[in-house]
Amino acid sequence: MARFVLRRLLWAIPTLLLVTFLVYVAIRIGTNPSEAYQRSNPRANAAKIKEYEELNNLRGNYINSYWGWLRGFLQGLFDGGESWQRSIKGRREVWPEMKDAMANSLRLGLAASFIGVTVGLGLGIFAALRPGGLRDTAVNTGAFVAFSIPPYVSAILAQLLFAVMWSRWFGHTLLPTSGVYPAGHQGFDLWLMVKHMILPVSIVAIQIIAVYARYMRASLLEVLNSDYMRTARAKGISERRVLMNHAVRNSMIPVVTVAAIDIGAILGGLIITERVFSYPGMGDFFLTAFDNGDFPQLMPFMVVIVTTVIMFNLLADVSYAWLDPRIRLD
Amino acid sequence: MIATEGLTLDSLSPRQMARRRYFKHKGALVSSVVMAIMVLFVLFSPLTTRYGVNEAIFKAEPGHPNSYLSPRSEAWFGTDDIGRDIYSRMIFGLKVSLIIGISAAIFATIVGVTVGSIAGLRGGRFDDLLMRVTDIFLAFPFLVALLVVRNFLGELDFLTPIVGERTSIRFIILLFVIFGWMGIARLVRGSVLALKEREFIEAARALGASNFRIVFRHLLPNSIGPILVALTNTVVGAIIGEATLSFFGFGPDAGSGDTSLGLLVSASRRAVTAGFWWMVVFPCTLLILVALCVNFIGDGLRDATDPKLVHGG
Repeated sequence: MARFVLRRLLWAIPTLLLVTFLVYVAIRIGTNPSEAYQRSNPRANAAKIKEYEELNNLRGNYINSYWGWLRGFLQGLFDGGESWQRSIKGRREVWPEMKDAMANSLRLGLAASFIGVTVGLGLGIFAALRPGGLRDTAVNTGAFVAFSIPPYVSAILAQLLFAVMWSRWFGHTLLPTSGVYPAGHQGFDLWLMVKHMILPVSIVAIQIIAVYARYMRASLLEVLNSDYMRTARAKGISERRVLMNHAVRNSMIPVVTVAAIDIGAILGGLIITERVFSYPGMGDFFLTAFDNGDFPQLMPFMVVIVTTVIMFNLLADVSYAWLDPRIRLD
Repeated sequence: MIATEGLTLDSLSPRQMARRRYFKHKGALVSSVVMAIMVLFVLFSPLTTRYGVNEAIFKAEPGHPNSYLSPRSEAWFGTDDIGRDIYSRMIFGLKVSLIIGISAAIFATIVGVTVGSIAGLRGGRFDDLLMRVTDIFLAFPFLVALLVVRNFLGELDFLTPIVGERTSIRFIILLFVIFGWMGIARLVRGSVLALKEREFIEAARALGASNFRIVFRHLLPNSIGPILVALTNTVVGAIIGEATLSFFGFGPDAGSGDTSLGLLVSASRRAVTAGFWWMVVFPCTLLILVALCVNFIGDGLRDATDPKLVHGG
């Protein structure tokens, strides 16, 4: 097991390098950093532009400049982002802002994932136990509908309903619709923070619930129809144990794998939802940087995304091998 | 002789059985009807729309501004910020969105089926490469990948004559072809891999059938179900994708006189805080309705073409 994990981890390194290189080239060509710099700093003279280009290794061929960027990036990992290049607007340090954005996103993402996974799995099991019944149809159709609605549409509708129409009907707003705190707020306030998170978390969670409920239901149905369930019942094991130890555990195998691969979709939903609710997370960070063509901000963000995606893919493989004894590791 | 008795129900052709299963799927049936009505509205847009796409409504009473009118008889779904009829604009928008969705799906299917069947049949290096590339590509957050690829393509000047400006409809369609073909290629590859060892393929090969013939006469007809389902998924993906791009300000050009569902929904974002609910509710509902209908049709097709599927026990 350890050898398998180690080998996959070692394989992840060249993959990571290759993908970040491709992303580097795509962003270099796509955002055209020098031009973006001049757009953001219209009064910059030729010397300033030259300095920016040299600091970011924008001259020379792609392999050399990627190497130069990579060295600076890796150094930055050990000195708290000191070695990273500064943003093009206002020459701000990238790491402190990205750190805050990551913390905000992580809070949102974890809360939504936790609610989404538990409720989704629960609903899936709940539906699969009585296939074809009313609750099965309700869960299945509900998940299907929720799955079809793009997150920003539900986000806008939620904003309209809970903030605008609610205050029109009842005279007070039920839930805040933007940011982490109201404008001008100082310090830490848990209740205010939670209140600001309710809407965005629900929007992301609904998507996760829909996906998980469908996976879980399908997977559990398949297990329930398999021969070893009959064997387990024939051995006289109680129905409860048959269900928990045999059925649910086995049906989790494909669900876990699919879930780990699905991280990209969850991140995507987060980005969109954050933008609608003006929530200062990674999505907002990315879209602002992208709008400005802010090369020094974009690259660290892309590295975080690429690493997360590759790590979760690896996690999927490992968990699959770990959960299913029929899979041989070597 | 005796065996045929009482078996009349089972003597339907596979196509008839598929049709029967499709009609049994209530969601798919209702969605087909709703979708057909929407397509008719779009096809007969000169009759169904009440105003031009950029035409402002002038109310009878002078002195009253025509923008942000709530729903009334002059404008069933109200008017937008510069006084255009939202109902008419929704039909024009639906037209553009359907064109984007359907053409992206068709081209993506052509590319995906070609690449997928070559990869499945040939295997080897090409197959490995394809799987690696699509793995990574599909794992990326959609919006991030979409935006990066969009800017990348848009900056390559020598491609502009082929792909068009990045705010053109052609460019948007091409973008979703780039993203859509991969899922279909994987699917076709999988089903080719599963089918190619079967006896009937071996028999065809023994009779001297060429690879081309095997793919088009034997492999593809046998995997038509999953391909159709993937096609509907790509339609939804492109329509919602276009809306997402527009929503974040990277969509087709709004100034060219056309509109799309995405542009209508993105306009609603500015109307939320002001409380102009009709600008929000109607376009959003239409987008949800389209996505839901196409998804349900896809689900029905899945049921129809896969008899082994346990659906609802």
